[in-house]
Amino acid sequence: MNPVNYLYLAALLFTIGASGVLIRRNAIVVFMCIELMLNACNLALVSFSRMHGNLDGQILAFFTMVVAAAEVVVGLAIIVSLFRSRHSASVDDASLMKL
Amino acid sequence: MNASLAAAASATSTGEAVQFWLLGTVAVIGALSTVLMKKAVHSALSLAGTMIVLAVFYLANGAYFLGIVQIVVYTGAIMMLFLFVVMLVGVTAADSLKETIKGQRWLAAGCGLGFGVLLIAGIGQASLRGYNGLGAANALHGGNVEGLANLIFTKYVFAFEITGALLITATVGAMLLTHRERTERAKTQRELSQERVRSSHLPPLPAPGVYARHNAVDIAGLLPDGTPSELTVMQTLRRRGQIRDVSGEALADLKALEQRSGERLGRGLADRAGASEDHAEEGEEVAK
Amino acid sequence: MENLIALLVAAPLLGAAVLLCGGRRLDRSGHWIGTVLAAASFVVGAVLFTDMLGKGAEDRALHQKLFSWIPVEGFQADVAFQLDQLSMTFVLLITGVGTLIHIYSIGYMEHDERRRRFFGYLNLFLAAMLILVIADNYLLLYVGWEGVGLASYLLIGFWQHKPSAATAAKKAFLVNRVGDIGLSIAIMLMFTTFGTFAFGPVLEATGDTSEGKLTAIGLMLLLAACGKSAQVPLQSWLGDAMEGPTPVSALIHAATMVTAGVYLIVRSGAIFNAAPDAQLVVTIVGAVTLLFGAIVGCAKDDIKKALAGSTMSQIGYMILAAGLGPIGYVFAIMHLVTHGFFKAGLFLGAGSVMHGMNDEVDMRRYGGLRKYMPVTFVTFGLGYLAIIGFPGLSGFFSKDKIIEAAFAKGGTEGWILGSVALLGAAITAFYMTRVMLMTFFGEERWRHAATPSPDEPDVEPAADTRGAAAAGHAAAATREPHPHESPKSMTIPMIVLAFGSVFAGGLFSVGDRFLHWLEPVTGHDHGHAPVSATTVTAATMVVLVIGVAVAWAMYGRKPVPAVAPRGSLLTRAARRDLLQDDFNHVVLVRGGEHLTRSLVYVDHTLVDGVVNGTAASMGGLSGRLRKLQNGYARSYAVSMFGGTAVLIAATLLMRAV
Repeated sequence: MNPVNYLYLAALLFTIGASGVLIRRNAIVVFMCIELMLNACNLALVSFSRMHGNLDGQILAFFTMVVAAAEVVVGLAIIVSLFRSRHSASVDDASLMKL
Repeated sequence: MNASLAAAASATSTGEAVQFWLLGTVAVIGALSTVLMKKAVHSALSLAGTMIVLAVFYLANGAYFLGIVQIVVYTGAIMMLFLFVVMLVGVTAADSLKETIKGQRWLAAGCGLGFGVLLIAGIGQASLRGYNGLGAANALHGGNVEGLANLIFTKYVFAFEITGALLITATVGAMLLTHRERTERAKTQRELSQERVRSSHLPPLPAPGVYARHNAVDIAGLLPDGTPSELTVMQTLRRRGQIRDVSGEALADLKALEQRSGERLGRGLADRAGASEDHAEEGEEVAK
Repeated sequence: MENLIALLVAAPLLGAAVLLCGGRRLDRSGHWIGTVLAAASFVVGAVLFTDMLGKGAEDRALHQKLFSWIPVEGFQADVAFQLDQLSMTFVLLITGVGTLIHIYSIGYMEHDERRRRFFGYLNLFLAAMLILVIADNYLLLYVGWEGVGLASYLLIGFWQHKPSAATAAKKAFLVNRVGDIGLSIAIMLMFTTFGTFAFGPVLEATGDTSEGKLTAIGLMLLLAACGKSAQVPLQSWLGDAMEGPTPVSALIHAATMVTAGVYLIVRSGAIFNAAPDAQLVVTIVGAVTLLFGAIVGCAKDDIKKALAGSTMSQIGYMILAAGLGPIGYVFAIMHLVTHGFFKAGLFLGAGSVMHGMNDEVDMRRYGGLRKYMPVTFVTFGLGYLAIIGFPGLSGFFSKDKIIEAAFAKGGTEGWILGSVALLGAAITAFYMTRVMLMTFFGEERWRHAATPSPDEPDVEPAADTRGAAAAGHAAAATREPHPHESPKSMTIPMIVLAFGSVFAGGLFSVGDRFLHWLEPVTGHDHGHAPVSATTVTAATMVVLVIGVAVAWAMYGRKPVPAVAPRGSLLTRAARRDLLQDDFNHVVLVRGGEHLTRSLVYVDHTLVDGVVNGTAASMGGLSGRLRKLQNGYARSYAVSMFGGTAVLIAATLLMRAV
């Protein structure tokens, strides 16, 4: 098997995640889809690391994880406060910026 | 180190291939169910599964540290955070998957399809035939974790520190976002008791649940006339609209039970109607 | 001597400033100040003239640069004067006739409470006209040109309380403005072509310039001349300009200002010489106006309007001569000078008649006045003989020369132009005889025209029926006029001008004095006459006699009806100035209205349509685009995602290429 397959898998997962972001209305699920996309990226980075034979790709994936953790913390906090104020976790309900 | 590590290889072992195809399928299914599951809890669990599969792939790709971190941090911590929030928001709340924005689904499908095809085409076009393997890189500092540590604390030390700062900031930010400032003085115990005596409802609120069958907190207790009492359910659930009404359910269940026992006792079809009426009366009595 | 040139202009300019700014305290002495300063200007002109006569023909021209007016790199305009023989002729004519008319106005305007202002305007006119003729460049000439236009406007509308006068002034101003546009365009063309507009360089450089450009300049100059000199098609203002006081009509609208167009063409002779097409147009304009004015003059019963038609016609002669090129320039100017004398004299005579007839202008209410105002009769008669070209008088010499020159143009053109000029001479004889007969001979129609009024019981009873009919029509005349001779201040200028009318032509023509005088400036060419001068003279005499005889037959033998008969179609058209106003109204006013309306329509539909359409389409587009901005984060995410896909596609495409 060619390790390029990992990249194909990563692309597939990323696309699924992105589609999920577009399709789902529940903010938590949307957020999960974003995590899925980040994980797909991480898989690609780890594969690159293996292909190129150095660890920089893994370092980058590591940083992605850390930043994703930070993002999840803030993002979930936002969802919670949004839910508190609007009693809904739907991203479509937060559409006050239109006319 | 042997030649396979030093020189570029073009294929992995058969074991890894089998593992890839098996677990890859699981990962894709997990991802799809993340997107398509109606309930957020199911989505979260599917995502967790996908993440574990990815952790296995990290390990297979020689990223041992990341594989473990993936399981511990991502699947263990972050996904549990998700679950907590899902609980907060309401675990039973199911999304309708009906699209409300006109054309959104088609656009999303089109874009997703185009994007995926393009991405895969791009990867296919890139000449990534061989790979170097991580043997040499891992061995350089005596292992994967040591190698990463060496990079993090030398080459990427500033990025690392800044990421730390980011994490602290995110924590503080999350606290700020979720913290609710109390705008009025907390009531004293005396005031609370006075309020209670003055209110129309002095005794403790009735407990939720009907009989032993329905003792969950989201089920309203029934009043003597069979109607559910909202007072029995906690305020949060009431506000979310997550109260389950079982007042009709109990009667229906009873009726079904009577019917089944009647069939088992071999009663004729002719007097079934009359019998069912009787049973209904009995049921009402029972309910009272 | 050069320094005196500025004094020529300065004297009347000072007069204008003093009289117009001086206020009421000058009301008593104002007319004297104006007259003295005009006379001073004439004296300066005469001194310069004698000085000039003392020099050789080639170095008579004087130059004086006063100051740099617009000193810009590449655009040098100076206030500089040039006094050569041509300018000198004009200076003497303007200041001489001008002074006489100032004197005349003292008497004529005696009872007008705004006399001081009138003299201020007259002085302003003199100053502007002098600037016009002694300027050494076209830009300064333009200043004078506009100045006389202003003075003309102010003087035509001097009796501004009369709506007709105010309208006439406005009309003259507007029509002149059309011509002024021609002059300004001509000056601009000169600047782009020659880089300067001083007479010297421009006129010397004509040899090296393309004929097309010169034709364009020439036609623009002709347009200017048409406006100022009341030539077809810009002739319509002159008849109405007679609303002004009669001295104004004599000075500005007969003797001087209206001849500025002739001056312009003769001065720009080098341009026209090099542009035969423009010259041809000039001669056509001259010939058409010549007949046009003469026909109008035949039909008018208003004595001043008849004379105005005559003026138009005579200037047509001059323009015709000027269009002939070097053959005609000298004769154009010569006719201009003699015309200045006799037409001014005729107008002053008409003014004198009106003065004695309660400002009545209708010749059908004159008649038999020779007994009552003998001086006026004699001077007017001499002017009459001069204009019809009676042998020995001024008009005979100058007009005859023009007819000869027209024939000398050669070819078919020469024949046509000559015939037109001859025909014009016949019509001139006809209408001037008509004026003469209707005014000074025949019955005393004014007696019958008057309506008896209670405070004049000694009115003679109007016995016959015709008089009664006339009385019905003449209800406006409230009391019978008492024809009387005008005061000395009015008759003396008339006598002087009559002398000019009689002798100027002979003085100029004997020994070709005028020819030799002007030749250094304008050049001269004898042409090649197909018929001898004697033949032309004889022909002129014949048509003269015919014209006088026809007029005698129509107005001398038979009594003149006090009410104008309906007349033939041509007569009626000529009474309406050959429909010039109707033409202008239909073509220009209506056309202008239509143009305006269509422009408004275009503005509303096209321009506003484009603007509003842009706004509306922007609004519509925004309305559409606004729907993209629906506030749903997911929609935005779709566009981002799509954009990413496009970026990837572009990247791949670039790599593939």
